[in-house]
Amino acid sequence: MALARPAAVLLGKELQTEFRTRELLTTTVVFVLMVLVLFSFTFDPTSIESRRFAPGLLWLTLLFAGSLMLHPSFTREQTNDTLAALRLAPIDPTAILAAKILANACFLLVAEAVLLPIFAALYNLHVWPVLGRMCVVLILGTLALATIGTVFSAISSQARMRELLLPLLLMPVLTPALIASAEATAGLFDDPAYLSPQWVGLLAGFDAIFLTVTWLFGEYLLEE
Amino acid sequence: MAIASQTNSSHGVTVEFQNIEKRYGVRYALHGVSLRIEAGECVALVGANGSGKTTLLRVASLLVRPSAGRVNFWETGDAHPLADPIAVKQRIGMVAHQILLYDDLTAEENLELFAKLYGLDRPKDRAAAALEPAGLLSRRNDPVRDFSRGMRQRLAIARALLPAPGLLLLDEPATGLDPAGQHWLGEILARLHSSGCTILMSTHGLSEVHSVVSRAVRLAAGCLAEDSAHSGDPQRMLAAALAAEQGA
Repeated sequence: MALARPAAVLLGKELQTEFRTRELLTTTVVFVLMVLVLFSFTFDPTSIESRRFAPGLLWLTLLFAGSLMLHPSFTREQTNDTLAALRLAPIDPTAILAAKILANACFLLVAEAVLLPIFAALYNLHVWPVLGRMCVVLILGTLALATIGTVFSAISSQARMRELLLPLLLMPVLTPALIASAEATAGLFDDPAYLSPQWVGLLAGFDAIFLTVTWLFGEYLLEE
Repeated sequence: MAIASQTNSSHGVTVEFQNIEKRYGVRYALHGVSLRIEAGECVALVGANGSGKTTLLRVASLLVRPSAGRVNFWETGDAHPLADPIAVKQRIGMVAHQILLYDDLTAEENLELFAKLYGLDRPKDRAAAALEPAGLLSRRNDPVRDFSRGMRQRLAIARALLPAPGLLLLDEPATGLDPAGQHWLGEILARLHSSGCTILMSTHGLSEVHSVVSRAVRLAAGCLAEDSAHSGDPQRMLAAALAAEQGA
């Protein structure tokens, strides 16, 4: 409860600011669409091979989009030193990270909601019959991306060369989650479609571990 | 009348720095600073650039963890220091070097956000009550990015006063304020001081806010160089320190 109330207040602030400025969402959606369209010209969208590549392309695109979107998460708190204002408030510092993680996950999910029908059309994939199971994979994978990305955004925001540091930190740590997401997505495009419990379990475990680590060490991540 | 709504702090907080050190790499920002500020005191921190004033204020606000030493906070009448950092933060208001406000939010939204984070009841009303004495009520729906430097500073001060702090930390609070703004700030500090709030502020130039100062402390190269509690009249020490700075 001590975490939930301030996290909800800060999540409201994040959403209010983003939906007012639309800086992150616009940039990310445009970027994602460009990458998908470019990839669709590289592969023959009607071939079976293309369907084998599609899950990997989808998650690679989301990784690029995520590193683009997550970088400003903490750097924009440097304007007017607003992160200090949040740290001055009598709240659990983890609430700041929780709000950022949830906000980033929301923004990525909105971008994915725009992207998914276009992705399905460009790569000739039948998403509708597996939409429910696809949402499970997208939510778990997005949560992994948002959690790790937000944590590393907090760490890298105080470093020099921060623009380079975030992708460098993000990609190796996210690799297991990306593999699991891509494999689980690939199962959904198989004939017959199936949702692999192993890969989904790995994704859920990854999320649980990193959310717990964030909760335990959140206070230290935000220190000057 | 208007100021009173912002300055209803009933008890000050005593703060004690015990042998504080803060290192950034091999450089000491603070070196062995020990200082006790009693509840209700108004202390001015003076010293040249880089002497450690801002770092000491950030240590006092719990934004910066000291490399060595500790800071204790006592509520008036309590035998034991406050142990929970969240309880300490509930009693602290801070005006920092930057304004600590969101440019994309309006003045009212900013104050409402912080009122909610401080767990204050009726946050919208509290925000409006804080904006009125700052002279910003008519601009309540304007984003902070549209404000002038002086208006931003007034809003920063209003934000710091929202939780009715028992310890007010001010880092050069008169920056950007015109004479009327400095007069307004001087009145607020006088009212807070008389209500028992502890005030610790860093200062560079002479301004109206100095009339409230009951004690002056000079830092030099991260060390405590002079304290008017031991060496005499704070106003005279303040004037001498500021004159030396301006002459340097």
